[in-house]
Amino acid sequence: MIHFPVLRWGEPYQSLETTEVRHFSTGEPVAEVSQANPGIVARDLRKGSERARDALREIPCADLLEMVKKGGELFKTADLPFGDGVQTPDDFVRQQSATTGLPEHMCRMNMGKLEYVLSHLDEVLTSLTRKLDYDILTRGYGEEDGVMRSYQATCPVLGMVLPSNSPGVHSLWLPIIPLQIGLVLKPGPQEPWTPWRMAQAFFQAGIPKEAIALYPGMGEVGAAVLNNTQRSLIFGGTATVEQYAGNAGVQVHGPGFSKILLGDDVVDNWEQYVDLMVDSVLTNSGRGCINCSGIWASRHTREIAQAVAERIGPIAPLPPENPEAALAAFTVPGQATAISGDIDNALKEDGVEEVSAQFQDGGRLVNQEHCDYIRPTVMHCASPEVAMSKKEYMYPFVTVVECPQDQMIKAIGATLVATGLTEDPAFTRSLLDARNIDRLNIGPVPTIKLNWLQPHEGNIVDFLFRPRAFQRAG
Amino acid sequence: MSTENAVTDGKANDARTDLDAWVREIIEWHFNPDTGCPFWLDWAEKAGWDPRQEVGGFDDLRKFPHFEDEWLRGGPVRRWVPTAYADRPTFVFETGGTTGIPKSRVAQEDFRIDYELFSDTLPEDRFPRGSNWLMLGPSGPRRLRLAVEHLAQHRGGICFCVDLDPRWVIKLIKKGWHEHLKAYQDHVIDQAVTVLSAGHDIKCMFSTPKLLEALANRLEENGSSLKETGIQGIFAGGTEFTPQWNRFAHEELLDGIYMTPTYGNTLMGLAASPPSGPENGYKITYYAPQPRAVIQVVDPDDAEKVVGYGETGRVMLTTLTKEFFVPRFQERDEGEREPPCEQYPWDGVSGVRPFSRLASATTVGVY
Repeated sequence: MIHFPVLRWGEPYQSLETTEVRHFSTGEPVAEVSQANPGIVARDLRKGSERARDALREIPCADLLEMVKKGGELFKTADLPFGDGVQTPDDFVRQQSATTGLPEHMCRMNMGKLEYVLSHLDEVLTSLTRKLDYDILTRGYGEEDGVMRSYQATCPVLGMVLPSNSPGVHSLWLPIIPLQIGLVLKPGPQEPWTPWRMAQAFFQAGIPKEAIALYPGMGEVGAAVLNNTQRSLIFGGTATVEQYAGNAGVQVHGPGFSKILLGDDVVDNWEQYVDLMVDSVLTNSGRGCINCSGIWASRHTREIAQAVAERIGPIAPLPPENPEAALAAFTVPGQATAISGDIDNALKEDGVEEVSAQFQDGGRLVNQEHCDYIRPTVMHCASPEVAMSKKEYMYPFVTVVECPQDQMIKAIGATLVATGLTEDPAFTRSLLDARNIDRLNIGPVPTIKLNWLQPHEGNIVDFLFRPRAFQRAG
Repeated sequence: MSTENAVTDGKANDARTDLDAWVREIIEWHFNPDTGCPFWLDWAEKAGWDPRQEVGGFDDLRKFPHFEDEWLRGGPVRRWVPTAYADRPTFVFETGGTTGIPKSRVAQEDFRIDYELFSDTLPEDRFPRGSNWLMLGPSGPRRLRLAVEHLAQHRGGICFCVDLDPRWVIKLIKKGWHEHLKAYQDHVIDQAVTVLSAGHDIKCMFSTPKLLEALANRLEENGSSLKETGIQGIFAGGTEFTPQWNRFAHEELLDGIYMTPTYGNTLMGLAASPPSGPENGYKITYYAPQPRAVIQVVDPDDAEKVVGYGETGRVMLTTLTKEFFVPRFQERDEGEREPPCEQYPWDGVSGVRPFSRLASATTVGVY
């Protein structure tokens, strides 16, 4: 069986503790994963973090950029070291699908997305650094346009506690290496594939091995990564977000609660936007934080819910290799049943209706021998007061909420991506000013369409470098 | 059959004969109105059968129900003191108690006897007699602190201790106060580093995996190491003491210091383990101090059935001392059943970890 070792600053380490990751539909073991222990993480980070950054600082940022671009190509096209042999790109797609439950064509799409980001990383960094001369980041200071600028790295390495559900999130850590900051990755239990393959691609492209560490493990290993890095990113649910809220060293990526908001000026033409709504809800099987889980409007909400339900309600599970497969499986035992039960509870409240139910004989929950599915779900909420209006789940689930426009921004709560369908200047102004909205699209932009040149939940460069005063006597 | 196996089998038969005899003696003691404790005498009266008549050996203990540690919550604690020992000085040790009433176990000499037996298993060159000890573990109303102190004294040394309140640690974890948790761990390690730096000739130590790791890291940050403090022998315990952690500690923390894992709790004595290392994949196998305590590995769905060697099951403990009788207590741990060995000719258990069906409800590794 394929074995994933721990990578201790690039060096494979086979743990005495291993877990098996299994194929979601057959139950067959796909790989054995070495489990790090927290002590190893603490020890490596204490001893190797500065060395990781030092190794990267010996290579100019521009050269590192070229290397990771090359790494992106290799990630997408090359046979890369894996276990005792090699992994082809097709192997990667099949293996990632097998353990995450994502259909293969979605895995391939995510693979392409990561390669795209890497191939455009110079533009991404130019945007995120606001055209700062990279040498200033390396040296710590330098003059631009006759002005002394100084930036200090807030950490030698960035820790990342990664999820299993959506391989696309790996795009967030791709710009780190060219900024001469080391990578400490704790992969999600079902998705060790991308961090491993990307690390191997980077190594083959010339990135120093001592710049990257990979620690598969359970929660306590993630905690060790967070506790032993000055800056880290973590992905998790609402409880994780609340736990790390206010911790300046931890950037939390939680549920997106992304939404489409229809202004009163366009809502009577809602039919024009059904494709946009369906794409925003359904793409990537609704697993991403940027997938839309709420459509808000002051009127026509029943018709909107019905129209979206007609499109996505009939969708049923298909085998992962089927190019038409639109639903990812739930691979963690009991998870889908618990989610479906939570939905049933929320449905008991007055003012909530499951509009998609009419398209699903046998119900939304599909239990299979080794995995489960939940079919796309559209809920109509008569007001924002009902608990259902605040729900979001890791599959194509959307609430269509009736809410007056003048109460909408306050009522939506925290929203990662808001697509405001309006041409009303006053409503547009209100959306621009809304501090509970992170990424804002005005006009018909699907919530899942990202502009990679723009920051996502905070600018990673600002997280990793702090501007400061610096004077040097002439 | 090899000669070695024949020797082990012979010893195992002898051990079993000794165990059956000891069971008869203990049952006679606990269910004789002149010697037994009020709890078990009352129990027998209500049960309507006399264990002294019906228990002829270890296998007959299955006539008892599984001991429930909930019986240990609340008073009067004297109901557990054997009548024949009513006038002896009595300790009470507690487990749990983060919220609500803790479980209490009375003890008089048991903890001393248990740790003296354990002392016999320690290699003399690594735990030199007359050297002083550091007890880096929980303090307060727990057996461990007094037991380790007695072990040190039994071996001619003096034991230095730290203040560590695990109930507060559990509260910090449950509240998610991670900064406070880190600060409290630092506070505990500060105490240990201070003691070790004070010229007390400390050569032996008890610790838990988490604290040992934290101490080693702190010492390294200070430009020192566990070895440089003069520590030669460590005994440690806890379900976090996995083969991987054992290997990590030996390869990266200990620099040749001897360390032996132990498994125990307030209800039983201290289970020791034969040496482990790279030659056996750092596997840790615990053997109870039979006949004073017996560990069985049983089918989680049918505790009457002991699983086969190498198979996984729930740990079931029977404690058989004159101070305390615990029949067939189903522990919150699981592991694999191991065959007798030369040093311990009775069943053991390896791979001890929290019982998977209860694991989510248990806070482990708090110190």
